Amino acid sequence: MANIEIDGKQIEVENGCTVIEAARRAGVYIPHFCYHKKLSIAANCRMCLVQIEKAPKPMPACATTVAEGMKVYTASEMAVKAQKGVMEFLLINHPLDCPICDQGGECELQDQAVGYGSSASRFHEEKRVVLHKDIGPLVSAEEMSRCINCTRCVRFGQEIAGQMELGQAFRGEHAEIMTFVNGSVNSELSGNMIDICPVGALTSKPFRYTARSWELSRRRSVSPHDSLGSNLAVQVRNNRVMRVLPIENEDINECWLSDKDRFSYEGLNSNERLTRPMLKQDGKWQEVEWQTALEFVANGLRQIKDGAGAEQIGALATPHSTLEELYLLQKLLRGIGSHNVDFRLRQSDFSADGKQAGTHPHPNLPPEGEGATVSSDGGEPRQFLPWLGMSVADLGKADRLLIIGSFLRKDHPLLAQRIRQAVKKGAQVSVIHSTDDDLLMNVAHKNIVAPNAMADALAQVAQDVAAKNNAGISGSLLSGERVVVLLGNFAQQHPQAAQLQSLAQQIAAATNGKFGFLGEAANSVGAYLAHALPGTQGMNAATMLSSPRKAYILLNAEPELDCANPQQAMAAMQAADLVVAISAYKHHAVDYADVLLPSAPFSETSGTFVSTEGRVQSFKGAVKPQGEARPAWKILRVLGNLLNVSGFDQDNSEAVRDAALASVNIVEKLNNILNENVGRAMPDAVGEAHPTKTGGFQRIAEVPIYSADAVVRRAAALQKTRDAAVPRAAMHSAELEKLGVQPGAQVKLSQGQCCVYLYADADDRLPKGAVRVAAGHAATADLGAMFGTITVERA
Amino acid sequence: MSLGSGPVIYTTLDFDQPWTLENYLKVGGYQALRMVLTEKIPPEHIIAEVKTSALRGRGGAGFPTGLKWSFMPRNYQGDKYIVCNTDEGEPGTCKDWDILRYNPHALIEGMAIAAYTMAVKTGYNYVHGEIFEAYERMEAACEEARAAGYLGKDILGTDFEFDLHNHLGYGAYVCGEETALLESIEGKKGQPRYKPPFPASFGLYGKPTTINNTETFSSIPYIIREGGQKFLELGRPNSGGTKLFSVSGHVNNPGNFELPMGTPFRKLLELAGGVRNGHKLKAVIPGGSSMPVLPGEIMMEVDMDYDSIQKAGSYLGSGAVIVMDETVCMVRALERLSYFYYEESCGQCTPCREGTGWLYRIVHRIEHGNGKPEDLDLLLELCDNIAGRTICALGDAAAWPVQGMLKHYRNEFEYHIEHKKCMV
Ligand SMILES: Cc1cc2nc3c(=O)[nH]c(=O)nc-3n(C[C@H](O)[C@H](O)[C@H](O)COP(=O)(O)O)c2cc1C
Ligand code: SF4
Ligand code: SF4
Ligand code: FES
Repeated sequence: MANIEIDGKQIEVENGCTVIEAARRAGVYIPHFCYHKKLSIAANCRMCLVQIEKAPKPMPACATTVAEGMKVYTASEMAVKAQKGVMEFLLINHPLDCPICDQGGECELQDQAVGYGSSASRFHEEKRVVLHKDIGPLVSAEEMSRCINCTRCVRFGQEIAGQMELGQAFRGEHAEIMTFVNGSVNSELSGNMIDICPVGALTSKPFRYTARSWELSRRRSVSPHDSLGSNLAVQVRNNRVMRVLPIENEDINECWLSDKDRFSYEGLNSNERLTRPMLKQDGKWQEVEWQTALEFVANGLRQIKDGAGAEQIGALATPHSTLEELYLLQKLLRGIGSHNVDFRLRQSDFSADGKQAGTHPHPNLPPEGEGATVSSDGGEPRQFLPWLGMSVADLGKADRLLIIGSFLRKDHPLLAQRIRQAVKKGAQVSVIHSTDDDLLMNVAHKNIVAPNAMADALAQVAQDVAAKNNAGISGSLLSGERVVVLLGNFAQQHPQAAQLQSLAQQIAAATNGKFGFLGEAANSVGAYLAHALPGTQGMNAATMLSSPRKAYILLNAEPELDCANPQQAMAAMQAADLVVAISAYKHHAVDYADVLLPSAPFSETSGTFVSTEGRVQSFKGAVKPQGEARPAWKILRVLGNLLNVSGFDQDNSEAVRDAALASVNIVEKLNNILNENVGRAMPDAVGEAHPTKTGGFQRIAEVPIYSADAVVRRAAALQKTRDAAVPRAAMHSAELEKLGVQPGAQVKLSQGQCCVYLYADADDRLPKGAVRVAAGHAATADLGAMFGTITVERA
Repeated sequence: MSLGSGPVIYTTLDFDQPWTLENYLKVGGYQALRMVLTEKIPPEHIIAEVKTSALRGRGGAGFPTGLKWSFMPRNYQGDKYIVCNTDEGEPGTCKDWDILRYNPHALIEGMAIAAYTMAVKTGYNYVHGEIFEAYERMEAACEEARAAGYLGKDILGTDFEFDLHNHLGYGAYVCGEETALLESIEGKKGQPRYKPPFPASFGLYGKPTTINNTETFSSIPYIIREGGQKFLELGRPNSGGTKLFSVSGHVNNPGNFELPMGTPFRKLLELAGGVRNGHKLKAVIPGGSSMPVLPGEIMMEVDMDYDSIQKAGSYLGSGAVIVMDETVCMVRALERLSYFYYEESCGQCTPCREGTGWLYRIVHRIEHGNGKPEDLDLLLELCDNIAGRTICALGDAAAWPVQGMLKHYRNEFEYHIEHKKCMV
């Protein structure tokens, strides 16, 4: 520790602390531009120059570390002269037309110019002009004359996003920030460059010139997309979401947002929004009053229950729904006598259901939530409730990680970023997966195998760690002190998910590690807590579709995009007597639904998401529901009342949340550990190891980052990114050669009764015998299961 | 072209092909390295010898070489590097070029001794991008040395191992700044790093690294062979040895001259054939274009060593002596100098990126008859706001010429502003 003095204030800070950080803690503001607490020190803007006793010249506070007894003067004559000098230099070539700059009102340069600039310029030469650049649909670089070359954006790319997409080209006054050879910025974290750019050089393409910062009011919210639970500032004008920015939370998203979290708001204002209840009568859609629609639904459900039986009713929800919505949905179903409710729409292996989870260490467990399987004796079986298995902060402290079946960067952009930082500090990452996408971090070991070899690959590691084999993945894990084993979306959706899990569990146990699931969606954990699951008496998502029900309630779900087997899902929807779609959008449901009930997306309702680390985060609506849309929990409450189900009398969403969580000790409920062994499940569903002569391949299906949920699918700018490009069929070039297909040519892919045509890509990092075809996208929605055999032919 | 006590560096010039190994051996070449290796002279002794010699860095900053070497961590596990700076971009300077052309083995031997002293196995020589033929000659010399066992594994039959790689730069002045040079070798854009950390702890590829100028390394064989004391005595206290002076400008016989430190400027000018065509000496930049100009009268009384020139108000710098006769318009001269720094700023830090362009534009305006009286004070204020406020010394280098010119020749600038034309 060092005792130092800043402007007369004494403060004790740790050795190695910078003067700028020490000053911040002492409550002294030092002007700065290039410094950013999450980035390396560049010391290039020189705005932070301060006087330090005994130093002959002013020193940059961001790059100077404290020393015992140091005396710092941030406002002495020397310091202020230096700071004003730098400010003058920064402004000479900067356009002085703040009123027409998009950043105006929230510009660090503008703010500091007020404090350190002078009213008249001594610069009478011609100002420099820097050409604008088109760097993609999200980040605007239209105003590069405003750039002050602080290189924050460059360092962000190199250090946080893991790829240097922007660089400073040319020298001296000609220095310019640009992409490499007119490329675009494609990082899934690119929007953060807008936040950290201190001036109006990099701005938000969708937002720019739509509003001024001071016209916007700011509402706290929580990301409805991935399972991290990023904290959002939703900015609103005239009851419209205009922009989304991060709210800093060091334990969750730090000061970052993924582009999905930041730009998806455009989907909230999409013209596909459903704003009035609609009823299909005589094959024609008509807008109707809420009362009419809801009564129609209640009558329909009652009829089916009375006629065919309640078990003919099923409910499918997405895990992007709120805790309140999911809780009332399952309560409604159970109230009318059906346990057929599930949110695990992309899951294909349910063999862990009903298996005994880790015995609870505390015998006097609080009473379980309604519908949970509880036995009354002390050592009751616990419900299995997959979660991260640790806090996000702890994940960042891991020193050895094994990541199994995860499209990590695209499914969990900010968790990937956290792991990237851990790797920089020396953590080792090993990967077992069916694709080999660049994680933009050093990967110590990897084993890329076809989907049907995943379990064997993992079993090998389990064997190796048990045998203390010091080579490869096993060696890496055994040499760690804080080992983490994680199962990604692909592993959870895999037809042998339970087996992968039990192997992962073994590996973690043998390495004294933590083990967990990278939750698929914003509320995957919350959905478990709400018990939006069939339990032992109902049908799971897959069974509900393979044994079609007569009636379905869809909560925020688009079955052709959200289900593990869209073909089967669509067949079930089409055959059903009654399909009720509670949705914010007029989607495909117009083809098969009977009623469309307009619900409010996360921005228009209060609600709760429980993140993958088990963090319960409630939020309020940022704007009023569009048109006649209503929060889904209210829709369900009315349905409950119309159907005379008890317990549907909450006045507000907080009451629903409290009812859902009243009897739940979340910390104790989160439980990844299965006590029973699971056998090798459904090997057929994975597909064959080697393609047959007819061209049967194992399908590898990711859900592309901007196809994962209903809101993001309609976010216009995100849909223009490279990540949102139409899926292609990627396979090993040797396979393409065997099929006689050139990379770039069309291929015909068939699964079940349907086929689609896609362009082929060669990717020699893919295992042989497999083809990578994304799911969750309209272009592949006619196909069958995400896993399994798929036929590929020359088109 | 050396005089006095005999050359330390340009030792082979009398031969037909001065650059060959054969000729280098004839003038005592590689004796020092052989002695160091076969007698296993302890590294501390070598450093002590270099300290005794008062050898100071010839790249411009004049930092004591022995002291610099002692900063290298001795017991560091892992790679360490030495790097030779032959970027030689300072206008007026062309001495290192001639070392590569005429006595490349002196550099190789000096670096090998340095490598032995600092327990380094790999060295780089960063060669200015526009002197390709010197680079090729250096490459050939390294080949010769390798074949003869002065480079590579088991040097001179001992277990000492050292290899030297030449790296051709791309012609950016700023890459002569030692940390920009390291970035450039690493394949990155040549931009100076903020220091600390200094290269001795975080240098090439993040490893401990010592960077010296070509002339600095090339002085080492003499110091080891003849002793530090003898080198010191060639020059002045605190300015040991000889110095290579690159004399350019309005002299009859421009070129490189190796002379003892402390040689009077008067003598140097005489050796360079005096001012051209009997013109009058007006001004001299004594240490490369970055250093403040001094009027001829002052220079005629100055000795060419670190302390004397500093006392006179400038610096010895790289030893490039730019001579100007009375035909020179100082405004025009400064315009050209300022243009250089404006073009060569790497653009990283604000005062240099913005300030060098501003300085140049003002001087350009004055030169072209558009100056304003307040411009001169503005120039000086901008210099104050640049010098000492930047990441590397290029900022200072841009400011010092302006300050020097305005100190001694302000009247010419005022005349230009008032009359919109030259005084001379
Ligand atoms: C802008 C700039 C350019 C420089 N160019 C050179 C150069 O061309 N050659 C050189 O030896 N040193 C140059 N230097 C000095 C080096 O940074 C460094 O001090 C020197 O190479 C160290 O070697 P020495 O101690 O042997 O002088 C330059 C410094 C600056 C700031
Ligand atoms: S674009 Fe913005 S963040 Fe990037 S260097 Fe310029 S001012 Fe800094
Ligand atoms: S002083 Fe000039 S050359 Fe040196 S780092 Fe700064 S901008 Fe680059
Ligand atoms: S904030 Fe310190 S130099 Fe930019």
